[in-house]
Amino acid sequence: MTGPADNGSAAKGSADQGSADKDGQVPEHDPHAPGPHDPDGRGHFGPYGGRFMPEALIGALDELSAEYDKARLDPEFTDEFARLLRDYAGRPSLLTEAPRFAEHAGGARVFLKREDLNHTGSHKINNVLGQALLTKRMGKKRVIAETGAGQHGVATATACALMGLDCVVYMGEVDTQRQALNVARMKLLGAEVIPVTSGSRTLKDAINEALRDWVTNVDTTHYLLGTAAGGHPFPVMVRNFHKVIGIEARAQFLAQTGRLPDVVTACVGGGSNAIGIFHGFIDDPDVRLVGIEPGGKGIETGEHGATLSEGSPGMLHGALSYLLQDEDGQTIEAYSISAGLDYPGVGPEHSWLKDTARAEYRSVTDAEAMHAFQLLSRTEGVIPAIESSHALAGALKLGQELGPDAFILVNLSGRGDKDMDTAAKYFGFYEES
Amino acid sequence: MGRLDPLFAQTKAEGRAALIGYLPAGFPTVDDSVELLRAMVDSGCDLVEVGLPYSDPVMDGPTIQAAAETALRSGFRLRDLFRVVEAVSSAGGRAVVMTYWNPVHRYGVDAFARDLAAAGGLGMITPDLIPDEAGDWIAASQAHDLDRIFLVAPSSSEERIALTTAASSGFVYATAVMGVTGARDAVGSAAEGLVARTRAHTTLPIGVGLGVRSGAQAAQVAGFADAVIVGSALVTSASSGVGAVRELATDLAEGVRKTPTTIG
Ligand SMILES: Cc1ncc(COP(=O)(O)O)c(C=O)c1O
Repeated sequence: MTGPADNGSAAKGSADQGSADKDGQVPEHDPHAPGPHDPDGRGHFGPYGGRFMPEALIGALDELSAEYDKARLDPEFTDEFARLLRDYAGRPSLLTEAPRFAEHAGGARVFLKREDLNHTGSHKINNVLGQALLTKRMGKKRVIAETGAGQHGVATATACALMGLDCVVYMGEVDTQRQALNVARMKLLGAEVIPVTSGSRTLKDAINEALRDWVTNVDTTHYLLGTAAGGHPFPVMVRNFHKVIGIEARAQFLAQTGRLPDVVTACVGGGSNAIGIFHGFIDDPDVRLVGIEPGGKGIETGEHGATLSEGSPGMLHGALSYLLQDEDGQTIEAYSISAGLDYPGVGPEHSWLKDTARAEYRSVTDAEAMHAFQLLSRTEGVIPAIESSHALAGALKLGQELGPDAFILVNLSGRGDKDMDTAAKYFGFYEES
Repeated sequence: MGRLDPLFAQTKAEGRAALIGYLPAGFPTVDDSVELLRAMVDSGCDLVEVGLPYSDPVMDGPTIQAAAETALRSGFRLRDLFRVVEAVSSAGGRAVVMTYWNPVHRYGVDAFARDLAAAGGLGMITPDLIPDEAGDWIAASQAHDLDRIFLVAPSSSEERIALTTAASSGFVYATAVMGVTGARDAVGSAAEGLVARTRAHTTLPIGVGLGVRSGAQAAQVAGFADAVIVGSALVTSASSGVGAVRELATDLAEGVRKTPTTIG
């Protein structure tokens, strides 16, 4: 079977990539194949995941599961997905070493997986193309989505334009203001953007509103969830659509350095870019997997979105996972300068990776992320998304901890164009001019 | 034997459907909600559903969302729920709790069931808990002798209706339309078909909810269901005070008595 990685870096890197593994194992190249890291038949990763969803939506989730289970084994689907990733999204994305940035990371070697270079500017397009293809297979004509930073909304509007599907995007009113540029992009692409005015008016409430739409229009509509969270089969399906990040990165890392990284790090909002890159290395026990959560104004202030670091198990949006909640089980509103990380829940597989200690989770503050945002711009000429800047700030700390011998891989999940207004205000650029 | 069996035996003997009214605990304040729920019982609600206000009510439309927000903003805490249930039960009313699952999970499923039973509650309606995930609740409900009211929907397959009714006790909750809660001009035409499909799998009484707002609609639903469930319309009337709630409940209670039901 032809995985996307076969068309790209692996071929560019070394001819015998399949055997370049230091353990002598052939790397798994089919991101869709069922395997030992899949949840059980009802979507449980250990105790987490499952379906805490109204009965009215179970039929649609069953239909989606059945369709996905067929599609993931169907070369017609997987080849078409691989073709779109290559010829439309521009995969494989580059792996770029960042030596001037790395001087600030204790002299460790730092490599960036350049998801910012994908069409639409972030990793989100991987999952969106997969689910949009599934939508067509199911014969549905209407797609709804939630968005925080607007990257998932833009990616969804893009795929819907490409495939001729109607598109409605729910976006918290606060985020429509923070990410006005992306609202304009979605409208230009033909999507309807509905500002959500309930609750905290951010990502969590956009998902609530999208679920309300879905339960009303489920016959005609696919809910194209933007992260590896929600009721089964979303967490496993979204993960598999993003596995291409990790599979490519592993082959590219081996090709460029002849070894595997010591640490792989990624930011964690709902957890999709992190789970995608982690899975390239999940069976490499010596590779540490470190997820970076938004520490906001500082954990001690209570204004943060560090779900795995500070939360406790609970249900939100259909799955059992770590959750920011109070004593009574009411969701606590998250805060981050980054609209894409401002979410009190997280995908269930991350909870399982945390409890089994296969992955570690820490947080960095707004200030640390914004420092890394500016540093990467000035040392490497790459403007990262504020979301991804959290992973960069994490890498700076990890490098300082591990020293100059360390090899660090960072998932640069998106580009920062959408964040210019936030950044200009943060750094006072408007006052200077 | 279900805790609600005597109620449905009585309504069946009277040849009518039961009237079930919903109100969130703590709306607009804890004391007010006690007064409103007692008024609903006095005016003819055979059973009240005491809602637990929740931060993320995904199955609810604007009316109940706003009510939950009001209750939480005025300081409602989970422990107040048991006080409200106790106040309804001790005044001779019958109460079940309707709640999203996370607060119960957080409190501890067995502890929640224990405290609900101690307050005189008869069971629980769980809109985002399906039997497939309900192992803890099935055990706790048996230990504390509470009814488990699961939901069926127009989109439920025969297989799922069979599974859901087999796990239920007291009654089965049929959601009349695909959508969130909120008063509607017409009760979904899907409701009657869903009730008929559900009857093929169970002898439990079937309640129909989502959208009923008048005595006339209640009479229409009573023509094919064993219980008529009214939520948003009562919540809306509560904003105009206890008098408006009495008036609506009285109208609804007349409605369920107008048309002979299909049972018996
Ligand atoms: C660039 C970028 N990175 C990361 C995220 C966070 O999402 P996730 O944790 O699912 O990767 C977002 C979400 O909007 C994003 O736009």
